[in-house]
Amino acid sequence: MADFMEMVKWDKLMEATRETMYMTSISVFATFVLGLLLGLLLFLTDKGNIWANRTVNVVVGGIVNIFRSIPFIILVVLLIPFTKLLLGTILGANAALPALIIGAAPFYARMVEIALREIDKGVIEASQSMGATHGHIIFKVLIPESLPALISGITVTAISLIGFTAMAGIIGAGGLGNFAYLYGFQGNKPIVTLVATIAILIIVFIVQFIGDYFTKKTDKR
Amino acid sequence: MISIKKVSKIFPSKQGHLKAVDDVNLEIQEGEIFGVIGYSGAGKSTLIRMLNGLELPTDGTVTVAGRVISKIKGAELRKARQEISMIFQHFNLLWSRTVSENIAFPLEIAGVNSSQRKKRVQELIKLVGLEGRENAYPSQLSGGQKQRVGIARALANNPKVLLCDEATSALDPQTTDSILDLLVDINKRLGLTIVLITHEMHVIRKICHRVAVMESGSVVELGPVLDVFKNPEQPITKRFVQQVTEPEETKETTQHLLELYPHGCVVQLSFVGETTEQPLITNVIRNCDVVVNILQGKISHTQNGSYGTLFIHLDGQVSEIQKAIDYIHSQQVGVEVISNG
Ligand SMILES: Nc1ncnc2c1ncn2[C@@H]1O[C@H](COP(=O)(O)OP(=O)(O)OP(=O)(O)O)[C@@H](O)[C@H]1O
Ligand SMILES: [Mg+2]
Repeated sequence: MADFMEMVKWDKLMEATRETMYMTSISVFATFVLGLLLGLLLFLTDKGNIWANRTVNVVVGGIVNIFRSIPFIILVVLLIPFTKLLLGTILGANAALPALIIGAAPFYARMVEIALREIDKGVIEASQSMGATHGHIIFKVLIPESLPALISGITVTAISLIGFTAMAGIIGAGGLGNFAYLYGFQGNKPIVTLVATIAILIIVFIVQFIGDYFTKKTDKR
Repeated sequence: MISIKKVSKIFPSKQGHLKAVDDVNLEIQEGEIFGVIGYSGAGKSTLIRMLNGLELPTDGTVTVAGRVISKIKGAELRKARQEISMIFQHFNLLWSRTVSENIAFPLEIAGVNSSQRKKRVQELIKLVGLEGRENAYPSQLSGGQKQRVGIARALANNPKVLLCDEATSALDPQTTDSILDLLVDINKRLGLTIVLITHEMHVIRKICHRVAVMESGSVVELGPVLDVFKNPEQPITKRFVQQVTEPEETKETTQHLLELYPHGCVVQLSFVGETTEQPLITNVIRNCDVVVNILQGKISHTQNGSYGTLFIHLDGQVSEIQKAIDYIHSQQVGVEVISNG
């Protein structure tokens, strides 16, 4: 047992956990904002909606589909020049962020679009009949009415982002993925890998719990 | 208050064009409850949606409360819409908001401040009889209660016109009646002009002053409700009128009556307006030597008088029966002899 306590470098584990949480929280926040914008744009420019515009809809839809289809690990490699240009380095937690956000936002954008489509058209029409502006419709109808779905969507996205951070870790972004690879795999200590896995699972469960709680709390249907 | 001039609406469709509304002309007075009746697909919703600019006419002009709705856009149209409220068949409430918050929604849109909003919401809750349900969510309400929220929401900004698109079609008969009573009450109390579309003659009969009958995009008959009941001209109007005046299965029952009463004669009386309020049968028995047997009847009350039918059986000497029929006729009651025994 003492062996085990020594084998795992606890301070390194804590640091790796902090890095994972850092990457996850920043990228979840940015993904939420960017995905919500793209999702709203996709929904509103669709046929029969208030900003109906075929060109914008097809272009945005195309970009979203392309980025959603690229496997994450390839996206990281593809984005290396961009990241370097942006941050001057491709190492460290910050360097993982562009790939995480660009990888997850299109995924979330589609979920936002689906959530918005679930809203009864009659409700939008009723707001228009009361003289609502587009701003009223977006902020007082679309977002509040789809909130439970937006929250459960960002929960699912956050969990895949945790997975992505681990992958990004292997190519030098730090975090629990990097920790498991460096000390567990390369150091040939399966126990360490197991500990890292448990740490990731705990984070995932906490995120799931919080997400479910707020999804339920906002759902008044 | 509302003027619809030469209005047509054409929807482009794959198999040529679809004329949903075809050259409609209507003038609706201030304070009037105006009904539009027609079967599914007649173009009723399309017509009413042009009154608040949710749909633009292909041709013609729509003027509501002095504004040419079919011409204005943007901020001006939004301002106009605050004076032309609408209620819907499926209520269209925001499920994420409580009753109070739903009613406050149009006030938020109009930029009313929060303390005035609270006050107004309280008034409206009382007006529609939803005290105690302020903090319920729509999912916790019955259909009738949801429509009350819809009505309160529609009245929030003191509109001049209330549009009702099949507002009672999703409700049971009893709840329908209570919602209709509420609409009449609002019309009387606030002097609100109401335009109501429906496929149920019962609704027209109960609350409308005038009615327009629509068939494939056109208004085929128009007039005060009682006149239309008295004298339906078009076959479609006759069918709608029968929905409420004729007792169910009239044909079968008259057949049955004829078999039951081989002597004397079976007579159908139709009453309109004040004639329903006199002691007709008593007078017949006093004046003529006949036996009167009431078989079946139905009287409907409309906003401008009553209308009804009554089947009676008269027995006695032929001359006395004729005297009775003449007497009834002299009282402005329609008489139709169904058989001579
Ligand atoms: N946005 C639209 N695009 C194309 N056709 C439409 C559209 N809206 C309505 N129509 C057509 O116009 C006709 C009239 O429709 P409308 O909804 O006005 O009928 P309605 O009298 O309200 O019927 P219901 O009692 O079923 O509501 C129908 O044939 C319908 O298919
Ligand atoms: Mg309709």
